[in-house]
Amino acid sequence: MSEHSLSFVRKEMVDQRPAPVSSQGPLYWMHHNLLSSVPNAMLTLLGIYIIYLILNAVIPFAFIHAVWEGKDREACVVTDAAAHGACWAYVKAYFPQFVYGRYPVDEIWRVNIVFIVGALGLIPALIPKVPFKRENVLFMLLVFPVMTFILLTGGNLAFEDHIIAFVVIFAVVMGLAALITYATQGKMKPVLTTVGAIGIGIAIIYAIMSIDFGLQPVETANWGGFLVTLVIAITGIVASLPLGIILALGRRSKMPVVRLVSIIFIEFWRGVPLITVLFMSSVVLPLFLPEGVNFDKLLRALIGVALFSAAYMAEVVRGGLQAIPKGQYEGADALGLTFWQSTALIIMPQALKLVIPGIVNTFIGLFKDTTLVLIIGLFDLLGQVQSSFTDPTWSTPVTSHTGYLFAAMVFWIFCFGMSRYSIFMENRLHTGHKR
Amino acid sequence: MAAKPHHSTGQTSTKGSIFNDPKVRGIIYQLVLVAGLVYFFWSIVQNAAHNLEKQNIASGFGFIENTAGFLPNQTLISLSATSTYGQALLAGLLNTLLVAVIGIILATIVGFVMGVARLSNNWVVSKLATMYIEIVRNIPLLLQLFFWYFAVLRNLPNPKDSSNLFGVFHLNNRGLFMPRPIFEAGSEAMLVALAVGIVGAIGVSIWARKRQVKTGQRFPAFWTGLGLIILLPVLAYFLSGRPISYDYAELKGFNYKGGMKVIPEFVGLTLALTIYTGAFIAEIVRAGILAVNHGQTEAAHALGLRNGPTLRLVIIPQAMRVIIPPLTSQYLNLTKNSSLAVAIAYPDIVSVGGTVLNQTGQAIEVIAVWMIVYLSISLLTSILMNWYNRSIALVER
Repeated sequence: MSEHSLSFVRKEMVDQRPAPVSSQGPLYWMHHNLLSSVPNAMLTLLGIYIIYLILNAVIPFAFIHAVWEGKDREACVVTDAAAHGACWAYVKAYFPQFVYGRYPVDEIWRVNIVFIVGALGLIPALIPKVPFKRENVLFMLLVFPVMTFILLTGGNLAFEDHIIAFVVIFAVVMGLAALITYATQGKMKPVLTTVGAIGIGIAIIYAIMSIDFGLQPVETANWGGFLVTLVIAITGIVASLPLGIILALGRRSKMPVVRLVSIIFIEFWRGVPLITVLFMSSVVLPLFLPEGVNFDKLLRALIGVALFSAAYMAEVVRGGLQAIPKGQYEGADALGLTFWQSTALIIMPQALKLVIPGIVNTFIGLFKDTTLVLIIGLFDLLGQVQSSFTDPTWSTPVTSHTGYLFAAMVFWIFCFGMSRYSIFMENRLHTGHKR
Repeated sequence: MAAKPHHSTGQTSTKGSIFNDPKVRGIIYQLVLVAGLVYFFWSIVQNAAHNLEKQNIASGFGFIENTAGFLPNQTLISLSATSTYGQALLAGLLNTLLVAVIGIILATIVGFVMGVARLSNNWVVSKLATMYIEIVRNIPLLLQLFFWYFAVLRNLPNPKDSSNLFGVFHLNNRGLFMPRPIFEAGSEAMLVALAVGIVGAIGVSIWARKRQVKTGQRFPAFWTGLGLIILLPVLAYFLSGRPISYDYAELKGFNYKGGMKVIPEFVGLTLALTIYTGAFIAEIVRAGILAVNHGQTEAAHALGLRNGPTLRLVIIPQAMRVIIPPLTSQYLNLTKNSSLAVAIAYPDIVSVGGTVLNQTGQAIEVIAVWMIVYLSISLLTSILMNWYNRSIALVER
């Protein structure tokens, strides 16, 4: 037998052939994801039908038959019932009210400045890569609130009238601090400087708020719309954070009375609906105050909202505290740090960083819950929309649909944006633990 | 905060002031806190007493014996013009419980369906569920409630042009009208049959489980039980000469008379609560199912279980452990959110209490009633759900 004479030897690899149509491409995708079995195909058809129903209801209403321009209800009244369209002209006409409420038209620039400075201060604070975080946050927590207060209300508080009372209280507090320090044989100087700095800081802020900038005072009764929504949500969350931290620490304290008081406080506010809290702050709070002392309605609502969200915030912060390994506490103790030093320098920075997503989620909940203030007669965005329906100039069958659609879009954009941000932060913070 | 061991256990270094002893300090801090709280509450009570006296408002719970000048438009107990504030509040409480229980049942169904749908392999279904969840979760509940109540239910046609289903269900802007069953003599037999059916179903399921443990053979206990519960009363219905008749709602004048009326406020509130809470429950269910390791599914398949039994016997029981705690808080949220009823005047405890508050001016007492009601509901629900949670919790060695 002679050797095989191979007539052909393959020198190079054959190019890979594309996978068969049955396992890739749009056909495969459709077969796998939409039509893999008979019930699945039926579900797909049902789903497509539901999508068709939704789009068929929304798109003609919001776009095709919608009325974009017009002076009054005449533009939006359509005789043909099938051609119902949103009355965007009404939203356009009411837009200033939806944003500013009954804020005087000539003073709206003040609100705009607050919005712009707030956005400019907030955006870099939220982007992790932007430097100067500490300065940014200090600006937002110290300068911005004072500025907002002066611009929105007009400032010009009466510091002069309270100056004597303030000096007396300051002296008493300083004396007490000195007495306690002496009794506990602590160091006098740092205690007195801290207490003194806080007191003087409060005095300076109060004094600045009392300067007459020549701004026309605007009562909170005239605030409304999205402005009130933002004021309540942001003040609520900012005020509830320190309170929540203290409550969370109190709940983990080793002192039984402190722990009990914290638990009762937290569980009480978490167990009742916000509406009853708002009713309480608007109806009962004035009864609890001494005669002659009175808060305005917005401030009373703010107190209720802050206490309510402080309880939720406390639970969020507690979650963060529990996630800190015990070694961190022990390490801080081993360094000889006092309780407050180790809390402020070691534990809290780590715990708060961990719970940023939780804080954002609490904020989203609070942001949605601000709508409830319309029940006690404050006009937030939804309150303004609701009250605009009574206006005969724009009363049409589609006005309420349009108003609700508009408010829903505004709330949705804000809440959805924040929830995406919270997911983004969560992913960023968890990279260290991912496998 | 006091547990900062400044002094060592040795005897030499304990010379400092007794204020440096963490125990003593702790006691002092707590005494200061208690004193502060006592002063705070004392001054509140003083101010309140003074203010109430000045405004001539009575205090105490005596008012609940007084005659209420109003009737809630939906009551589960019979009220008359001479009913007291206490009875009106009780009716409000029952309305709160009614809407909460029905809302919880419906929201759980919606939530489980949508949660599973979002995980579906079917692209259209999962995207639809995602859309529902992301849209509904990010819009305030009050806005949704207003939409359903003012924009949808209030805009329904008049009773004259109401939409009918089978000619016996009528939906219009006055509410939903349904036939009301009238139980005549002999219908007790059906009740007995129902009881027998339920007992039989439980018995069959116990027997089936024992048999499966002993022999390994399965028995369709669920379907048998369902059959017993449904068939026995139906059989009794026909045997006892069909003792149930219906009172149909009929259009008389400008409105429907007779039948059973569900007020639009109830429909709107239930709808809004169900849809809103359903979206949150869907996310909880999805997280719970995703939390079960994929190896469990593979192991179940390797044992020869098909998809259905895998889900029912392996995945769901494990997912439930993750689902139950957040589900509890959603149930509580739904119950608390039912207080939004006041915005559309559904007569729940807050709404009725608001009317009482306006009529009597006794704000502190009314708000105390609200707080007690909601705190007790919260406490009861969490006790129940904790008990259920413990019964399904993982038993470790």
